[in-house]
Amino acid sequence: MLLIRCPHCGERPEPEFAYGGEAHIARPADPAAVSDDDWAAYLYLRTNIKGVHAERWRHTRGCGRFFNALRDTTTDRFIATYKAGEKPPEGLR
Amino acid sequence: MPRQRFSALSLLWNSLGKHRGWPEQWRRAEPQAEYDAVIVGGGGHGLGTAYYLAAEHGLTRIAVVEKGWIGGGNTGRNTTIIRSNYLFDESARLYDHSVKMWEHLSQVLNYNVMFSPRGVMMLAHTVHDVQVAQRHIHANRCNGVDNEWLTPEEAKAYCPPLNIDPGLRYPVLGAALQRRGGTARHDAVAWGYARAADALGVDIIENCEVTGIRRDPSGAVEALETSRGVIRTRKVGVVAAGNTSVVLGMAGVRVPLESFPLQALVSEPIKPVFPCVVMSNGIHAYISQSDKGELVIGAGTDVYTSYTQRGALHVNMHTLEAICELFPMFRRMRMLRNWGGIVDVTPDRSPIIGKTPVPGLYVNCGWGTGGFKATPGSAHVFAWTLAHDEPHPINAPFTLDRFREGHLIDEAAAAAVAH
Repeated sequence: MLLIRCPHCGERPEPEFAYGGEAHIARPADPAAVSDDDWAAYLYLRTNIKGVHAERWRHTRGCGRFFNALRDTTTDRFIATYKAGEKPPEGLR
Repeated sequence: MPRQRFSALSLLWNSLGKHRGWPEQWRRAEPQAEYDAVIVGGGGHGLGTAYYLAAEHGLTRIAVVEKGWIGGGNTGRNTTIIRSNYLFDESARLYDHSVKMWEHLSQVLNYNVMFSPRGVMMLAHTVHDVQVAQRHIHANRCNGVDNEWLTPEEAKAYCPPLNIDPGLRYPVLGAALQRRGGTARHDAVAWGYARAADALGVDIIENCEVTGIRRDPSGAVEALETSRGVIRTRKVGVVAAGNTSVVLGMAGVRVPLESFPLQALVSEPIKPVFPCVVMSNGIHAYISQSDKGELVIGAGTDVYTSYTQRGALHVNMHTLEAICELFPMFRRMRMLRNWGGIVDVTPDRSPIIGKTPVPGLYVNCGWGTGGFKATPGSAHVFAWTLAHDEPHPINAPFTLDRFREGHLIDEAAAAAVAH
């Protein structure tokens, strides 16, 4: 079980959280103008990186807010968590 | 390279020598400079692909490269359930192709894979479950796949340990039974394919991790860089399960996969008490008993992507709570081992089997949480695809392009499993 630091509430056990998939994927502003390849990439392609992964979590059973995290998928160790809307901390990826 | 065949006579003969006279079952191969085809990944699907390439398509210079030991990934980590009762026509054809091959696999390979069609029973706990199960049964029958409805009493007659008390939090309202489904011995599948492929001259190279994919000026594959040197080849079949994104990334190919830990556990071994496979998609319990006597229990995936081959205990607890409710006689059982494997999951929970945009590079991936059952059929059609440079009719719908074209094979929604 992971210990996750919510940027608003502090460290809490994993069952308090819901995973929200890869972070920093923006929906195209004008979907009709996007090619089929780009739309498929937006919908389905993820980095699935073996290394430091930027991902969204939601503190569902706490403050209820979304936030972002950097986690190493080879160790499951959290490197940083940061608020939604913020850029990932520099130099950690 | 003739192998001593397994037979009643050879077993008897070797028993006289206390079984010390058996030769090695496959060679410890060193990588050659060049091959006609190289399979990346020495699990059941990869070893099977090499076997069918040699046995049915006449390729002679084939290698399987494996970063660890053969069968040490998901082939040795799954819960060995075999069934073909999938909803959609494309899936039914693919998985039933495999079930039909399981039925003769031990004879074909001359290796006992212990295929045991003991029946797979999928429980329904709600009105919605019942409707979904009925829909599956009718769809399966239209596709020539056996599946039948059991009342709770019939389900209990088929699996006596089952608790059908209507007072359960999630009572058993009935079950769908595929009698041709069952289990097999997972390690034997890897070993049987390895032995049979080796006998046909396939080099099985363990401890050989692919670190790069070299391409010629036209973009086609020309060599693999590995931890044991450069191997030249014009055909590469990637069958790397949870590490597929990593391997294909070396050729600049992106695939719609995410890798998650999937956990399983076994109990201490006990005498035979559990006659079939029982699955509950609704409350997430998968259980059977191995011939060694352990209860083999499949838990769920952890929620986050990972390559660690381990997961959190609360995921197992969730499954064990369901098991204890459905089979109260197991409440005092002790669990012996628990482990995780990394499964590559596609958005529609159907596999990708076919060509990639890179000439000479083929992929068989995305089996997610249920690839073991498909091992023979998957290997068979993938070998065909490599040999002919086009998909076999059975795997033709399972392209990488389907995600752009929108032709998903959405078993994710169909199975209603809390993946």
